[in-house]
Amino acid sequence: MPDMTALIELDRVEKVFDVRRRTGPLRRERRQVRAVDGISFTVPAGQVVGYIGPNGAGKSTTVKMLTGILTPSGGRLRVAGIDPSRERTRLARRIGVVFGQRTTLWWDLPLRDSYELVRRMYRIDAARYRRNLDRCVGLLDLAPLLDVPVRQLSLGQRMRGDIAAALLHDPEVLYLDEPTIGLDVVSKAKVRAFLRTVNTEQGTTVLLTTHDLTDIEQLCRRVMVIDHGRLVYDGGLDGLHAAGDSERTLVVDFERELPPVELPGARCERVEGPRQWIAFPAAASAAPLVAELAARHGVVDLSVREPAIEDVIARMYAASSTAPA
Amino acid sequence: MAEGLRAYGLIVWMWTRSALAYRASFLMTAAVNFAATGLDFLAILLMFSQVDRLGGFSLPEVAFLYGTAGTAFGLADLALGSMERLGGRVRDGTLDTLLVRPVPVLAQVAADRFALRRIGRIVQGLLVLVWSVTRLELHWTALDLVLLPMMLLSGAGIFGAVFVAGAAFQFWAGDASEVQNSFTYGGATLLQYPPSVFAKELVRGVTFVMPLAFVNWLPALRILGRQDPLGLPGWVDFAPPLVAVACCALAGAAWRAGLRSYRSTGS
Ligand SMILES: Nc1ncnc2c1ncn2[C@@H]1O[C@H](COP(=O)(O)OP(=O)(O)OP(=O)(O)O)[C@@H](O)[C@H]1O
Ligand SMILES: [Mg+2]
Repeated sequence: MPDMTALIELDRVEKVFDVRRRTGPLRRERRQVRAVDGISFTVPAGQVVGYIGPNGAGKSTTVKMLTGILTPSGGRLRVAGIDPSRERTRLARRIGVVFGQRTTLWWDLPLRDSYELVRRMYRIDAARYRRNLDRCVGLLDLAPLLDVPVRQLSLGQRMRGDIAAALLHDPEVLYLDEPTIGLDVVSKAKVRAFLRTVNTEQGTTVLLTTHDLTDIEQLCRRVMVIDHGRLVYDGGLDGLHAAGDSERTLVVDFERELPPVELPGARCERVEGPRQWIAFPAAASAAPLVAELAARHGVVDLSVREPAIEDVIARMYAASSTAPA
Repeated sequence: MAEGLRAYGLIVWMWTRSALAYRASFLMTAAVNFAATGLDFLAILLMFSQVDRLGGFSLPEVAFLYGTAGTAFGLADLALGSMERLGGRVRDGTLDTLLVRPVPVLAQVAADRFALRRIGRIVQGLLVLVWSVTRLELHWTALDLVLLPMMLLSGAGIFGAVFVAGAAFQFWAGDASEVQNSFTYGGATLLQYPPSVFAKELVRGVTFVMPLAFVNWLPALRILGRQDPLGLPGWVDFAPPLVAVACCALAGAAWRAGLRSYRSTGS
């Protein structure tokens, strides 16, 4: 039963690449790569979704299928009710796409001319174009760049230019494939703030892939983790901790040096003089452990360390790659 | 189709505007283009300083062939010459960025970096053509007067189809622009000479397999009042528009098949 409110729908979508590899001077080996291996999810209008996973997980391949650049090998795919690969040009008017790795602007034309071309191609009416352009120029600091040919822009400047170009026609969905790759801290913050504004003010649905988890923390309430072409997690950022069986750490300073303490449901990770690091499941409460320790030994000081999101993700990637394929 | 032409026009206009912004540089590259294509004709002139006839054709007659082939090829080259860069876009995956826009990819590829300086070749071809006509003392019939522009336009259509088909081929063989060049530039050079200087097999090949003979040879020989070497029936001289339409249809099909086979790249 299709979900009527869903803007993006994937049902067991697959993409298999036939790759030929040269194994000798004349011999070639044909191999199949399952880049996307049966992925299903839906995204309701107005949501900001993070799509993360290790290198080669199938993120870009998914985005290319969602834009109609690639045709799925199997499964069903709809964006705004449109089958992307069949009606690619019709869909193009309703989506915006930013590839962090390559520009959609015209390399030798000034930014202003690129935008003018976009306006005519998408038949954006003059008032709307003015409004959108002014907003993008203001929020992304593009004013000094408008007359510079794209090839002369720095990576961060070009990325901002690309993001603006993708939004001039008020797309319902915005896909961003690594929009913050190679940007400095200030540019990243600017891009994130801009995307947040676009989402809250225009209600634009955003799907972004990234390797920078700060992007996810600051933008996405929902995150999907994909590995080897399969969805291994889909939910809130908080839920990642539980799903990745991550651990919190109790750092305890005892009155004197002790052998590694043993507690039920926890394990001693490290001992350094009177200080010990005791790991316990992130979902469990620290209170009973603290009470137990204080009862058994003299405790001078104590702190709890939350797991870094990076570690949680790393653990999740490692776990899914050792699982039988 | 209409949407494609509109998009083509938009992109062409944008490139032309930015080329004309640097007027001096534009004029210079156009002049260089004009002179470089003129070297071909210089070679023919040099040849005629040694001989009176080439394959039984006088200098003005060869110039007529040269002018018609050059003009037809120049028109196609101006409109679609950018397509030879498609292979690079397929190999590095930048074609992706054209696929997410709401206009046909063919129009975007054809208009990409449109170079108005290529007009130099057309001007040069037309000049040679006009010169040859003034020297030929032909008896122009009304039919001939229709045949000449029809020949130039159909010829441009046939060459255009070769450009598109060659680009389509690059979807499968990413670095096939050499092959494409040998058909386009090579074909244009071939047609500058009378068919009588080539082997019959070659003439047959460019008539029936790769119908370049319809660009100028067949209709031009009629205007010049000469027999075609294959002895084809007379109505064939009027077939170029049909051949052009058929070639364009085939090239369009090849293009669509090529585009369908595009699989992007991994990064
Ligand atoms: N056009 C292609 N032809 C052949 N194989 C491909 C192609 N595109 C992707 N692949 C393969 O599919 C798999 C997934 O690639 P994809 O680009 O989707 O990964 P990704 O998650 O975007 O990785 P990254 O984080 O490195 O960008 C990889 O194994 C890759 O080699
Ligand atoms: Mg990628």
